[in-house]
Amino acid sequence: MLSVEKLFVSYKAIKALQDVSFNVEQGEIVALIGANGAGKTTILNTVSGIVPAISGKIAFKGEDITGIQPHEIVKRGISQVPEGRRVFANMSVLENLEMGAYIRNDKKAVAEEIDEVFQRFPRLFERKKQLAKTLSGGEQQMLAMGRALMSRPALLLLDEPSMGLAPMLVQQIFDIIQEINASGTTIMLVEQNANMALSIANRAYVLETGEVVLSGDAKELAANPEVRKAYLGE
Amino acid sequence: MNAQGTHMFFQQLINGIALGSTYALIALGYTMVYGIITLINFAHGEIFMAGAFVGLLLVATFKMNIFAAMVVSMLVCMVLGVLIELIAYRRLRKSSRLSALISAIGVSIFLATLAQMIFGANARSFPDDAFPVRQIHIGDADISTLQLLIIGVSALLMVALEYIVQRTKLGKAMRATSEDYNTAALMGINVNMIISFTFAIGSALAAAGGVLVGVLFNAVSFNMGLMAGLKAFAAAVLGGIGSIPGAMLGGLLLGVTEVMGVAAGYSSYRDAIAFFILVLVLLIRPTGLLGRKIQKKV
Repeated sequence: MLSVEKLFVSYKAIKALQDVSFNVEQGEIVALIGANGAGKTTILNTVSGIVPAISGKIAFKGEDITGIQPHEIVKRGISQVPEGRRVFANMSVLENLEMGAYIRNDKKAVAEEIDEVFQRFPRLFERKKQLAKTLSGGEQQMLAMGRALMSRPALLLLDEPSMGLAPMLVQQIFDIIQEINASGTTIMLVEQNANMALSIANRAYVLETGEVVLSGDAKELAANPEVRKAYLGE
Repeated sequence: MNAQGTHMFFQQLINGIALGSTYALIALGYTMVYGIITLINFAHGEIFMAGAFVGLLLVATFKMNIFAAMVVSMLVCMVLGVLIELIAYRRLRKSSRLSALISAIGVSIFLATLAQMIFGANARSFPDDAFPVRQIHIGDADISTLQLLIIGVSALLMVALEYIVQRTKLGKAMRATSEDYNTAALMGINVNMIISFTFAIGSALAAAGGVLVGVLFNAVSFNMGLMAGLKAFAAAVLGGIGSIPGAMLGGLLLGVTEVMGVAAGYSSYRDAIAFFILVLVLLIRPTGLLGRKIQKKV
């Protein structure tokens, strides 16, 4: 579904990604794990079109999407939940969800979609008129995820969904990610919490200073002594 | 306050609100553009000037009705504003803020000089019959039909703006883009289009202000954008740059204070009053009256 080949990205003189290749198949949950600064967020932002690639090719559903505008990428079915949630703080919960549906023009279908998001996240329904900045961290994560689902993406990119959340909430968010995947959305997940990410992923890539150093089945990687030592705190 | 004093006060209040409404119209453009791309659009005063000239030309040469002329002038300036952003700012968006600011000053000088070349250095005036001015008595004070026009048109435009920004899809996308540019793009919002839209709206308001001021002072000149632009900028900062209600409040406040100051006998300090208030407010409240705390975008 998504295939990235030989991707190179730099921020001015700093090389952020070097020769990164990976692919995501329809229906999968693929995890990208690695330390802070390894380039995980850069990968997602390059796929979303926010960060330009120096060279390499990104293809989605067989079409080359390298270098096209971010809003065009959303239209093709890739949606991102950015790192740090990035809800529109001074807009209401409802308005945030409306922004997620920006590319859609069928008002009735959008209203139904909003209802679906409220069913998935009942807390958001209770707070639909509140400004997003008044929500707790967990609620903001739910809003950011609901908002990203509003465009009905085929592929959902999640950047550090567990960041800054209490362990109980992390479990809840990961359950929801699995539910979203079960209802037909392919997921690519970036996480520092490698334990959690590997527990729900089908496959994973390990990133170190801008390069893919390991990849494979998530269960096998979780059992790999090197991975356990470097990322699972053993 | 005796009867004479009260009468004076209300009279000056009306004069001040009329003048302040025009400041507010211009200030809105500064604040909206700043809100969305953190650029002080120094060419905004010249868009106001261009609006006045287009209005004058239509009324004087083509004998157009003042209202129709205002609408056409707003449309022309929408295009002008969008073109300025496209030509002078867009490519500089990712460079330092200073580069865009210098480019804005360049556009400002270019437009003022161009207007001087085309229309000459002397101020021109609207024909006497452009708008029938009569005095209407309301209680103790007199209000002219011209002041009524200015206050009415400004109020109408501001209500329309508030509706667009709060209720429409484009307006909401504008707010989203001004809060977080990259995340707005991740929503599928075409941020370039939203930025053009913002310039169009701000320029249309400035053009309406230009026509109104041209009729009010009965003078349209190539350099009218400079002082009006600076004062409106002061109004935008006073209200809290980036805040739409702030620009409205700042404009009105500035207009009323200026007129009151002149009435109190400080007419030679007319232009200084605005900046004195600006300095005073910024000393006490650096974010302006309704400004949000500035959150550094990461």
